[in-house]
Amino acid sequence: MAAEGNTSIQGYINHHLSDMTIGEGFMAVNVGALSVAIILGFVFVLSFMVVGRKATTGVPGKFQCFVEMIIEFIATSVKETFHVKNKLIAPIALTIFMWIFLMNLMKLVPVDWLPAVFGAVGLLINPEAIKYNVEGYSLLEKIMAHPWSYMTIAPTTDINITMGLALGVFFLIVGYSIAFKGIGGFIKELSFTPFNHWALIPFNLVLELVTLISKPVSLGLRLFGNLYAGEVIFILIALVGLYQLPLHFAWAVFHILVIVLQAFLFMMLTIVYLSMAAEDH
Amino acid sequence: MDINFTLIGQSIAFAFFVWFTMKFVWPPLNNAIEERQKKIADGLAASEQANQDLEVARAKADEELKAAKLQAAELIDQAKKRAAKLVEEETQRGHAEREKIIASGYAEVEAERTRVREELRKKVAFLAIAGAEKIIEREVDAQKQSDIVEKLVAEL
Repeated sequence: MAAEGNTSIQGYINHHLSDMTIGEGFMAVNVGALSVAIILGFVFVLSFMVVGRKATTGVPGKFQCFVEMIIEFIATSVKETFHVKNKLIAPIALTIFMWIFLMNLMKLVPVDWLPAVFGAVGLLINPEAIKYNVEGYSLLEKIMAHPWSYMTIAPTTDINITMGLALGVFFLIVGYSIAFKGIGGFIKELSFTPFNHWALIPFNLVLELVTLISKPVSLGLRLFGNLYAGEVIFILIALVGLYQLPLHFAWAVFHILVIVLQAFLFMMLTIVYLSMAAEDH
Repeated sequence: MDINFTLIGQSIAFAFFVWFTMKFVWPPLNNAIEERQKKIADGLAASEQANQDLEVARAKADEELKAAKLQAAELIDQAKKRAAKLVEEETQRGHAEREKIIASGYAEVEAERTRVREELRKKVAFLAIAGAEKIIEREVDAQKQSDIVEKLVAEL
C-alpha cells in the first residue's frame, strides 16, 4: 500500500504501482491483478470456445478468420519447434499467448481511468474504508485515497502474475520430462549431464537444477520486467501534465510492439523449454 | 509488491485455462481448420483434374477437327475433279452437237441450194426458150429443142 496521501509525486507513483490487497502476509491476494487476469482468461477461452462451437468448414466469418489466424500461427510455431506428437502443447501455447497478450493489452488503458472509477464506486459504497485523514481533500483526492482505487488492471505488471505463469510452466517442464523420459530418465539426465561420470554427480546435479530453475525464473522476470518498466514510464508520463498527450501516444504505440512481442516470447520459450524436456539429448 | 498468494492463484488459473483450452477451445477450431484445409485441397485437386480433362478433350477435339478438315478437303478435291470432268464431257458433247447441227445445216442448205438451182435452171430454160421463141417469132418445139436448152443451162 502507498504511503499516506497521493498528492506528492512519490505518492502518485506508489499509488499506481501497488495493488488493492485482501489478507495479510503471504496469504494476501492482489485483488486487482488476479481478478483482471481471471476475467481476461475467461474472455479468451469463452470467446474462442464460442467461435469453435460455431466454426464452419465453409466460408468463415471475420472473427472466425481472426481466431483461425491465431490458431494457425500457434500451430505453425509449435510444429516448427516441438517435434514430438503431443496434444497438450498447442493448447498450452495458445493459452499463454492469448492470455498474456490480453493482460498486456490492459496496459494501454490510461493509468488513471479505472482506478478513478473504482475509487469513486468505493467512495460511494464504503466511504469509511479510507484509512487516513482526508479532511480538506478535494473529491478527486478522496477518490484516489480510497483503497479500492488501488485496483491494478494490468496484471502482467504484477510479479505474482508473471511468476505464477512461470510456475505453471515449471511444473509443465518437470511433468513433460517425467512423462517422456520417466522419473529415472529425468533424474539420470539431471545427474549425468553435462559430465558423464559418477564422481561428478553432485556437480552435475547443482548445475542442472540451476538450469532447470532458471528457465521459469527468467521467463517470469522477463515478462514482469518489460511490462513493469513500461508501466513506470506510463506513470511518469502521466505526471507531466498536458504534455503527456503526445508522449503517451508515442509510448503507447511503441508498447503495442512490446505487448505482442512479450506474449510471443513467453509462448515461444515455453514451447522450446517443453520440447527440450520432451526430447532426449 | 511482494510475492504472495496471488502467485498460487495465478498458477491455478493457468492450469485451469490450459485444461479448458485443451478440452473445449483447441479441438473444434483445429478440426474446423483441418477440415477446411482438406476441402480446399480436394477442391484444388478436382480443379487440377478438370484442367487435365479439359486439356485431353481439347487435344481430342483438335484431332477430330484436323481429321474432319482433311476429309472435307478430300471431298472438295473429288468434287472439283468430278466437276471438271463433267464440264469437259459436256463441252465435248456440246461441240459434237454443234458440229452435227452445223453439218445438218450445211446439208440442208446444200439441198436447198441444189433444189433452187434446179428450179432456177428450169426457169432459165423456160425463159431462154421463151426468149428464143420471141426472137425467131415462131413456135419452136420445146420438146425438140430441149437438148439445146439443156446444154445452155448446163453452161450457166
